[in-house]
Amino acid sequence: MSIAFESVDFVYQAHTPFENLSLRNINLTIPDGSYTAIIGHTGSGKSTLIQHVNGLLRPTKGLVNVDGQIINANTKNKQLVSLRQHVGIVFQFPESQLFAETVVDDVKFGPLNFGVSDTEATNRAKDALQKVKLPEEFWQKSPFELSGGQMRRVAIAGVLATNPKILILDEPTAGLDPQGRFEMMELFNELHHKEQLTILLVTHQMDDVANYADNVIVMDGGQIVKNGAPVEVFRDTKWLIKHQLGLPKAANFAIKLADRGVKFDKMPLDISGLVHQIVNVKDRRPSHE
Amino acid sequence: MNKILFGRYVPGTSFVHRMDPRAKLILSLIYIVAVFMANSWSAYVVSFIIALTIIASSGIAPKFFWDGVKPLIGVILLTVVIQVFFGVGGHVYWHWGILSITSDGLLNAVYIAIRFVLIILVSTVLTLSTSPLEISGAIESLFMPLKKIHFPVYEMALMLSIALRFVPTLIDETEKILNAQRSRGANFSSGSIMARLKKLVSILIPLFESAFNRAEELATAMESRGYQGGEGRSKYRVLNYTKNDIIGTIFMMASVALIMVLRNWS
Ligand SMILES: Nc1ncnc2c1ncn2[C@@H]1O[C@H](COP(=O)(O)OP(=O)(O)OP(=O)(O)O)[C@@H](O)[C@H]1O
Ligand SMILES: [Mg+2]
Repeated sequence: MSIAFESVDFVYQAHTPFENLSLRNINLTIPDGSYTAIIGHTGSGKSTLIQHVNGLLRPTKGLVNVDGQIINANTKNKQLVSLRQHVGIVFQFPESQLFAETVVDDVKFGPLNFGVSDTEATNRAKDALQKVKLPEEFWQKSPFELSGGQMRRVAIAGVLATNPKILILDEPTAGLDPQGRFEMMELFNELHHKEQLTILLVTHQMDDVANYADNVIVMDGGQIVKNGAPVEVFRDTKWLIKHQLGLPKAANFAIKLADRGVKFDKMPLDISGLVHQIVNVKDRRPSHE
Repeated sequence: MNKILFGRYVPGTSFVHRMDPRAKLILSLIYIVAVFMANSWSAYVVSFIIALTIIASSGIAPKFFWDGVKPLIGVILLTVVIQVFFGVGGHVYWHWGILSITSDGLLNAVYIAIRFVLIILVSTVLTLSTSPLEISGAIESLFMPLKKIHFPVYEMALMLSIALRFVPTLIDETEKILNAQRSRGANFSSGSIMARLKKLVSILIPLFESAFNRAEELATAMESRGYQGGEGRSKYRVLNYTKNDIIGTIFMMASVALIMVLRNWS
């Protein structure tokens, strides 16, 4: 499902002295089946932006169009239920949404709300828990007995079990160990490729951007300041540093090499790109050296 | 959620903002008592003018006060209706069983509505112009004499300031959880009452969980920074009466005197 923002402004706590214009004139199209990363420093409006896609927040001005369904300032909650079925959001620190007596019951909550039968919901829940690699011994436990990382997996499973077409991830791996982080990112990537999910990933990990995304949106002060393929966005290193954003590890490494005189044809963004370029450099080395 | 005024403080430097919180608290209480004593039109007009003067000298936008009154309109109307139908005395206009509309009943209904509004307005000035910390500081200082009878004044003040401090946090937290469950298809505005209550569980449990966690973390953080109870602690914000408080007190005393005179006249 495609997503379009048309001149969207959003104000938190409108008409009070705490008024906070958090999105300004957002224009954006996210094609069906794409993998988009949203980056930008703390408070730049990333979480605010993504909550517009399923109508949790409604634009103060302008409109959001998700596969034909229009969301504007006057849209009612009732009209959004069917949309929410197709848009799954994994919030920042999603473990705070767990509530049920057992892990399986918690994961079933979403499907049951969307009118799926109990057996089907149980199947989906087990399927989702397998996907997030939560060992079966935990399935009948209380979610509150799990570790933070395990709770995170349950929360992610709870969103996957609703079978969304658009999957929105707000820093889904913050606070996970490196292995868990890798597994989760690979899972999302697999869903993207196998089930053609449209993915929106909010992240501070530039490596995730380089490894997975085919499009990057850079936000600053509630505005979109850059929008393009990772190669284009990461090309302007000075600009990125000025906006308090980093570079992928491979690109950083390449820059350090470049400072010492190694010449690269183009900036490598991931490890395989870096290896490829280094091998090429070696090949081009004059024989008398 | 954003409309909830309780615990919301609007920073400023107005006359009222610069008053000592203890003075504000006491003067507000005196005003409320005076409003309850008022029993004539002229007294209410004076009370109203006093409220407007206080609002004006707080420099806070009128919109806020409307927001403060709005959620309570239902309660006010209910009280008015009860008063209209059950009030007795004076000329009887209509009557059916125990219900009757009388001239005194009508008059009392109007008085009650006015009292409500005036009290809400003035207490809104207090909460909007005084930070929660100042309010609990004021209460602590005013209750200090009770220390003699072993009333736990410090503990009470600490509990109060923590509670006030966490109201906005809990509101934000509720909103976050609400949004997460809504994304998972929970619809809190439809279905039977039982179904709605069941869905409410999906909000309440995470909320309690996080409140308890927060409480525990806070306690640990306080202990690890050496908190050992309030005895002998000095204060960062030292309360001091200033010229503003004297002016405020004189103004309030004069107003109350006027209300009392008008009360005895009619
Ligand atoms: N509930 C709210 N009420 C008022 N202002 C808010 C609220 N939530 C966020 N804001 C403000 O909106 C702006 C954007 O916040 P947002 O949460 O979208 O940032 P973010 O880019 O997701 O940051 P982070 O990387 O820290 O998650 C910030 O200035 C923030 O203070
Ligand atoms: Mg965020």
